[in-house]
Amino acid sequence: MQKFITLNGLVAPLDRNNVDTDAIIPKQFLKSIKRSGFGPNAFDEWRYMDRGEPGMDNSQRPLNPNFVLNQPRYQGASVLLTRANFGCGSSREHAPWALLDYGFRALIAESFADIFFNNCFKNGVVPIVLPKAEVDALFGLVEHSPGYTIEIDLPTQLVKRPDGHAVHFDIDPFRKECLINGWDDIGLTLRHADKIKAFEERRRAEHPYYFA
Amino acid sequence: MEAQTLYEKLWSSHVVHQEADGTALIYIDRHLVHEVTSPQAFEGLKLAGRKPWRVSSIVATADHNTPTDHWEQGIQDPVSRQQVETLDNNIREVGALAYFPFKNERQGIVHVIGPENGATLPGMTVVCGDSHTSTHGAFACLAHGIGTSEVEHVMATQCLIQKRSKTMLVRVDGKLGKGVTAKDVALAIIGRIGTAGGTGYAIEFGGEVMRSLSMEGRMTVCNMAIEAGARMGFVAVDQVTIDYLKGRPFSPRGDDWERAVAYWRTLHSDEGARFDQVVVLRGEDIQPQVTWGTSPEMVVPVGATVPDPAKESDPVRREGMERALHYMGLTPNLPVTSIKIDKVFIGSCTNSRIEDLRQAAVIARGRRKADNVRQVLVVPGSGLVKRQAEQEGLDKIFVAAGFEWREPGCSMCLAMNADRLEPGERCASTSNRNFEGRQGAGGRTHLVSPAMAAAAAIAGHFADVRDIL
Ligand code: SF4
Repeated sequence: MQKFITLNGLVAPLDRNNVDTDAIIPKQFLKSIKRSGFGPNAFDEWRYMDRGEPGMDNSQRPLNPNFVLNQPRYQGASVLLTRANFGCGSSREHAPWALLDYGFRALIAESFADIFFNNCFKNGVVPIVLPKAEVDALFGLVEHSPGYTIEIDLPTQLVKRPDGHAVHFDIDPFRKECLINGWDDIGLTLRHADKIKAFEERRRAEHPYYFA
Repeated sequence: MEAQTLYEKLWSSHVVHQEADGTALIYIDRHLVHEVTSPQAFEGLKLAGRKPWRVSSIVATADHNTPTDHWEQGIQDPVSRQQVETLDNNIREVGALAYFPFKNERQGIVHVIGPENGATLPGMTVVCGDSHTSTHGAFACLAHGIGTSEVEHVMATQCLIQKRSKTMLVRVDGKLGKGVTAKDVALAIIGRIGTAGGTGYAIEFGGEVMRSLSMEGRMTVCNMAIEAGARMGFVAVDQVTIDYLKGRPFSPRGDDWERAVAYWRTLHSDEGARFDQVVVLRGEDIQPQVTWGTSPEMVVPVGATVPDPAKESDPVRREGMERALHYMGLTPNLPVTSIKIDKVFIGSCTNSRIEDLRQAAVIARGRRKADNVRQVLVVPGSGLVKRQAEQEGLDKIFVAAGFEWREPGCSMCLAMNADRLEPGERCASTSNRNFEGRQGAGGRTHLVSPAMAAAAAIAGHFADVRDIL
């Protein structure tokens, strides 16, 4: 997993509640058996005028001029600003893969759906929950200042605006440590292999019918 | 001992290790696997040179991509075929307790085949790379969806890294009226608490209405827990649970059965157990439901009208409503029963079990679909459901009504195969998500119960099933 320590990045706004994982990466692209290459199809149905299918040359497809991420001022954004319940719906990890491949390393929202939130951490994408008032303020600033960037400092858990205003955000300490070090969960868990074996043996003795 | 909730009992019986901050390793009993969210996990495992921890926990099937007709022609779409064949190869290499590949007589939607084969048992932790894994909570399991990295993690370690959820009791008291089903209960709950209302919570569904539902009805409600934002929803064990499980292929037998049942009977919240939140609905207040928008919380009773954004005070919500109405091609204040439909889909892990098909058949019997309805797909949840329905003659009722009787799979629930809506087409669907494009780009989905879907097929527009019964 890619480490995440600090990021100073261009912010792109997606001013909607309930952006679901089908919208982030439509199902026809889930037929891939790979983990990468989903970026050009992130938000496919909103982003292009035609219907996307796997295997198309996306650079030749007509862009939807009304979709906010297509505006020139947001090209190269690495922070996505959005509203409540972002990432609801299907558990597909293809959603954070697509966002990461698109270039987003951090997401700021009023709230996230649980499974999506969890999937982000496995991929070095940082989902940050801020109070509605802070999110509202950021939407206003981004809208009125082309090239608006913010700094995300994971060790101190701060989102710093260029005007000096900084907001603290919460993050699970274990997840934070994993992100800062780029640790892989499986390796960490296998340090407890003996405990897992012992638990399993006890469970098998007590409830043999779960082990048929 | 202090009174415990069912969640606390299930959680504490699976903790392998706990850090000081509450992060825990949770042991996983059952791992359900399908073709879409597993290839990258198998690949990751292989690349890291890791072996699966316990293959006898794995039950696998191909369901999301598989076609629902012309099985003799195999899978036509090469990309879908590759994904299904990748699963075949992975399971061949790694092994599993059971694999129900494409065309197998027990193949079907992963959340239908687990319970029907007795592979989902009370007291288990059940995971699957699919958000509707909450379905299995009907059996008092801790069951939830996971991402592909976690699929790999479970394969490699038989554990998940988790934190305890908050607990919510959703109690549905009283009785349901005629024509009101588990699906209507699920939609009414989501209408009440919203699609993010359950975020961070594990929901226990209780009350007289839940007790009165069959296992299939309970599965329908738990299935939709995720649409209320909760990763998991569950129901306590009672005699209904135990009767359902007796004699299934992977259910315990003999002495093991007695032992298991004795344990399972403890799987309920103790008298006086405390929940972080309690929500109460009355069964008598629940009407047949129809969603009007692009989120399952955008739902109204069939007798109501399409809501008017002008009456919504929150600007972000108002804009969301306006956008949804625009996408759905609807105007405010329209009576729901005046909305005409183009297609009907009866199927999905929410409503494709035998009782769902029976409910639809009661309405379809001796009637015909309206001329403006182009297609009515009936897609059983599994090969076993299909066979049972055919034994009962339901297929003939459907075909006589002008409905299409298909092979099992996810089908138009997510339209990864050839079954899909065309842009602008409007569908009455028994599935669980009405998001933009869910059933095909530009398609418009209204979520309803199987009986309401059949009633819409016959009327050509939404209709109150209680007027037909
Ligand atoms: S039927 Fe639909 S919701 Fe259920 S597992 Fe299949 S695609 Fe997912």
